[in-house]
Amino acid sequence: MAIDCLVLGAGQEVGKSCAVVTIGGKRIMFDCGMHMGYLDRRRYPDFSRAAPDGDFTGALDCIVITHFHLDHVGALPYFTEVCGYRGPIYMTFPTKALAPLMLEDYRKVMVERRGEEEQFTAEHIAACMKKVIAVDLKQTVQVDSELQIRAYYAGHVIGAAMFYAKVGDSALVYTGDYNMTPDRHLGAAQIDRLHLDLLITESTYATTVRDSKYTREREFLMAVHKCVAGGGKVLIPTFALGRAQELCMLLDDYWERMNLNVPIYFSAGLTIQANMYYKMLINWTSQKVKETYVTRNPFDFKNVRNFDRSMINSPGPCVLFATPGMISGGFSLEVFKNWAPSEINLVTLPGYCVAGTIGHKLMSGKPTKIDLDKDTQIDVRCQIHQLSFSPHTDAKGIMDLVKFLSPKHVILVHGEKPKMASLKGKIESELGIPCYDPANNENVSVPSTHFVKACASDAFVRSSLSPNFKFSRRIGEYGFSHSGDTEVRPYLQVRDERVAEGIVVIEGNKAAKVIHQDELPNFLRKERHEVKFAYCFPAHSTKKNEEPDHNFTDGLQCSSRQCSLLRALLCELSKEFRQEEIQDFGEYIKVESLHVAVCSTDQCPYRVGDHPLSGRGSMFLCCSWLAGDEQLAWKLISTIKTLDLGLPL
Amino acid sequence: MKLTCLSRGKGFYFPPCHMLSVCGFRILIDCPLDLSALAAFAPIPPGFSAVRGEEDLERPVDESDGCESGSAERKNTEKPMNAEALIRSEPWYKTVANLHLWNPSFIDVVLISSPAGMLGLPFLMRAKGFSAKVYVTEAAAKLGKLMMEDLVSMHEEFRQFYGTQEFSSPHWMKWEKLESLPSALKEIVLGTDGIELGGWMPLYSAADIEDCVKKLQRLKYAEVACYNGTINIKPISSGLEIGACNWTIRYPDGTIGFVSSSEFVPGHALEFNYNALRSCDVLIYSDFSSLDVLETANKGSNYAVPEDSSTLSDLEEVLLHADESSEEMDKLKFISSCAVDAVKAGGSVLIPIGRLGIILQLLEQISVCMESSRCEVPIFVISSVAEELLAYTNIIPEWVCKQRQEKLFSGEPLFAHVELLNGERLQVYPAVYSPKLLLHWQEPCIVFCPHWSLRLGPAVHLLRRWHGDEKSLLVWEEGMDSDIALLPFDPKEMKMKVLRCSFLSGIVLKKVRPLIHVLQPKFVMLPEDFGRQIMSPVANSYSVLHYSVNETLKLPILKEDSELEITADLISQLHWKNLKDQNLSITRLKGNLVMSDARRQILTSDELSCSKSEKPPLLWGTLDLQRLLARLSEMGIGGSLQEDSVTDGSSDARILRINAPSEALLEIRSTSTLISAANEELAFRIRDAVDGILDGT
Repeated sequence: MAIDCLVLGAGQEVGKSCAVVTIGGKRIMFDCGMHMGYLDRRRYPDFSRAAPDGDFTGALDCIVITHFHLDHVGALPYFTEVCGYRGPIYMTFPTKALAPLMLEDYRKVMVERRGEEEQFTAEHIAACMKKVIAVDLKQTVQVDSELQIRAYYAGHVIGAAMFYAKVGDSALVYTGDYNMTPDRHLGAAQIDRLHLDLLITESTYATTVRDSKYTREREFLMAVHKCVAGGGKVLIPTFALGRAQELCMLLDDYWERMNLNVPIYFSAGLTIQANMYYKMLINWTSQKVKETYVTRNPFDFKNVRNFDRSMINSPGPCVLFATPGMISGGFSLEVFKNWAPSEINLVTLPGYCVAGTIGHKLMSGKPTKIDLDKDTQIDVRCQIHQLSFSPHTDAKGIMDLVKFLSPKHVILVHGEKPKMASLKGKIESELGIPCYDPANNENVSVPSTHFVKACASDAFVRSSLSPNFKFSRRIGEYGFSHSGDTEVRPYLQVRDERVAEGIVVIEGNKAAKVIHQDELPNFLRKERHEVKFAYCFPAHSTKKNEEPDHNFTDGLQCSSRQCSLLRALLCELSKEFRQEEIQDFGEYIKVESLHVAVCSTDQCPYRVGDHPLSGRGSMFLCCSWLAGDEQLAWKLISTIKTLDLGLPL
Repeated sequence: MKLTCLSRGKGFYFPPCHMLSVCGFRILIDCPLDLSALAAFAPIPPGFSAVRGEEDLERPVDESDGCESGSAERKNTEKPMNAEALIRSEPWYKTVANLHLWNPSFIDVVLISSPAGMLGLPFLMRAKGFSAKVYVTEAAAKLGKLMMEDLVSMHEEFRQFYGTQEFSSPHWMKWEKLESLPSALKEIVLGTDGIELGGWMPLYSAADIEDCVKKLQRLKYAEVACYNGTINIKPISSGLEIGACNWTIRYPDGTIGFVSSSEFVPGHALEFNYNALRSCDVLIYSDFSSLDVLETANKGSNYAVPEDSSTLSDLEEVLLHADESSEEMDKLKFISSCAVDAVKAGGSVLIPIGRLGIILQLLEQISVCMESSRCEVPIFVISSVAEELLAYTNIIPEWVCKQRQEKLFSGEPLFAHVELLNGERLQVYPAVYSPKLLLHWQEPCIVFCPHWSLRLGPAVHLLRRWHGDEKSLLVWEEGMDSDIALLPFDPKEMKMKVLRCSFLSGIVLKKVRPLIHVLQPKFVMLPEDFGRQIMSPVANSYSVLHYSVNETLKLPILKEDSELEITADLISQLHWKNLKDQNLSITRLKGNLVMSDARRQILTSDELSCSKSEKPPLLWGTLDLQRLLARLSEMGIGGSLQEDSVTDGSSDARILRINAPSEALLEIRSTSTLISAANEELAFRIRDAVDGILDGT
């Protein structure tokens, strides 16, 4: 049995996340994203590899979307409405509510502003979203009788989820994007300790380790404050959802505290509309935000106003949130064109910009001029502030998650090739987990867990579940000094060695059955054959027995002699074998199955071999034990042979 | 598996209560309170004349002396049924009496299937030794907490009126007092057989609620919780109320489906997900609602029995056919129009209904109705928790019906009350005496407020105010005895119109059988009286078992053998031995038996058993002496066989004496072989030879 993971997108890159995983005969597509950096067919995953014959509905059992970012959901309407996938699609409630806003916004930018050919229409988006089944966190969704999926909180944006998928005994987690530290409005990712064969994780910040969030937030606020204090305009290009709310909460709070009245604007109705969704989806935000809800909705921002296009060139300082993020086009680009040439203005960019966007160009080096297309060039004189906080986990977070889940295999996606290679090395060396970082269109196959079903007899189940206490003596530090007794006493150690031991029987073509070993003879209708051992040898004593012969016939005296011999033996053995539990039964001493008794007959058949020391009046020790305890028995016997059991008579 | 029904409850507000025993674990399902029993108490102020009320309060002190002499005469003098007969004391609350027969510390798991099902939980959870895990859906926990807090805050009024109560049992619990109660009240307090007196408890405190709520294990719908690795518990939406659920309980040997009162097409909560209950081994049917209807209206005869031959899809169509839900809708519309008519005529409307679903839908309906008839009166919701409750209902799209979920996706609020609140047509206040309410108060108006028992909360005050006004309307639920409930409100002067309505609170009778057919369990456990009437004894694919209150019903064993899963890793390490004569393959198995996810799994044990290394093989059969001799000589061990009857008592042994390489002796019997050698190595080699010849593993 194996799990196959075909990476259609986000393999050694960021953008168009899409992985088709075959697990236990079921095929799941995780995410269906688009690449923001490309305008040609490279923007979509190469779906044809998922189903060469074009029958996507037959080839896939379901699609799972982790969150509403376009690089995770952007290709979905194209895939369902144009490519014709008709099967089930799963996403969380917030993702289902907010993804259409993102898609529609993107479509408008592409078609109305850039004048591109339409990839999908507004109707396509609506029709596509109708097919989506919304799921709640931790809800176990039975896709069909075998395939089970479950969403876990991922923290990255509202509604972001990691998805667990299980078929039979094989299971995997696909993380999507996640954040291991809570931010202002979202909690940290949360997942159960699961038995996983495979973990597919993002690795955007595969090598970055971030310091405290507080200093980073402060840096941002200082930069913004400095700019507006100098009369400058701050452009914050963000997507309508997620970062916008996070930064807005931060700014709104700061404005309140510092008593600032510089206007904060939202570029379009979109963000206002988005805030309305946020209010209804407050259960998906952080605990702290939820708690404040009854008194005041934290998404009612006090200092935030709507922005109008005519205000772009109006004088005076302001802060503007404009969509889309990364300045990939649309309104944020329009504002950027106007504001970039002035050095008092400030543009803040997120920690990550997809290659090919203006944001990416601004971040790589300090360009003074940016070629928009072959006719337009923008002078860039404004300040650039790079936001170093991002709702993605850092390298430590990824390592923490991998360590916590301890999957059998890890696949890295959604990151940059060199950084991924370094993280891969770290996971393999530090955690000892095989790790892969496939490129796009590569397939990784890993083995999966499998259980064999069997039935079991009650006796077997009972014997393996019932406690199996083992007592052994240990020399401990428990001093009994209070009584002045300096002798080190062994104390009893109790262990519960619950080992399931049984016999597996397969009769003909019937299912395997596990039985207790005591049941086997009955099952086979044959009697058990036991192998026992016996050995009788003289006790070694330097003091010759002065006792006259006739004493042997005196039962009373004899038994007292025997007893004292055994007592002496017991005493010596307890000193030698402190770990063993040596039991005294009067007539004999018992260690595990070994019985040691004083031989009562002269003609003991087990007195094999020569006993040079034996003579008249020698006492013989007769030992018997069962197969299995041979090692112990022989060890004890050889010890006894060296002991001087001279009787203090 | 064993089932004991502790109480069949009483409708929506007092759900049934059961104790299950599964895999040796005790599972309590629901822990409700019978709030209808509050009817036995007088609301405050207890009488219209304050003087009379005080006199009454004094009486118990006087009586304590004279009761012994006068008790004989007093015993049979039952007080007449009037407002004075009601108990004038800080009320106690009636829990499930039978639950007190069980030691709380022996309960392992508590499942709460609706907000109403957790009202008694603080009593249980503060009991000494209680350590069970309590599972409840997130939404039910929230609503239940609000209901309990509201109850405590309404009860506070009694505390203030009667003062702090001494710890001992209250005066009304004295036997003479109980004896003198009118029979109807006596039945409320004692039950028919008198045991129910043990179920009365003084109310918990806000701190108790806090403690209780802190310890709850909150679940989402269809979230699987695993108890002790052995039992998987999963709540499934039942449609009765937001957060209300049915349960599947999976243990290694089977699956139990527990059906509480459920609604197929509810107007507010997420629909009854019956598909998740398919092919359970046992279905415990605990929806008594249709039974209540059966008893009161005796509709038993005129329902359409679905043909047994009808296909499953037909049956499902029957299930999802929403006639009872559209009936509900009509009911709500009717109530709304009555309410609007009343306010138009200048009267006020009091709606003391405790069902969140009904309140939310009535708010929507009434506002629509008022708009269409251009009638503008304020709607007040008065309750200490109303603000939080109304806010909460709008942030839980995951818990509401599909139709309302669509509202989220189109960016509209889930319930219309959000818009009403914004428009100030709906006003929410914590209590009747809130200064803001007094400021905005105007009549006529429509008031939603607790409590439906008409003994607690704002409803008491408003009813006092309006009961004489024939233009006003009381919208009230069926279920309580109206004679007793309205006693404190001067029945002679009661001119207020009363609209009594009953709402759907479970699966309607005609759907019960189709449901069971669709779910196809192996066994169905039905309430006794219920089952006999409905389940015709036709051959079914399932067996029907009947349960009755306080009797333990034992389920026959589902499976002969226990199921087990063994890791493939371990299987691949096994050395199989074929026994040709019996067509058997056999091997020894050693691992760790782990209970995980309600399955028995055998995993490779990573820790080496510290004491012993390898277990000796298990051998059977009789030793073939000729083969043994041959084998031994191959190994260079020589010996001679000796027929010898050795004294052992049990069986004759044959002796094999070994003389090379050194002396040894074998005693061979039919079921055992004894090896005696002075040399460890030789003994070991002989054993090896014996093992090789015998069958074994």
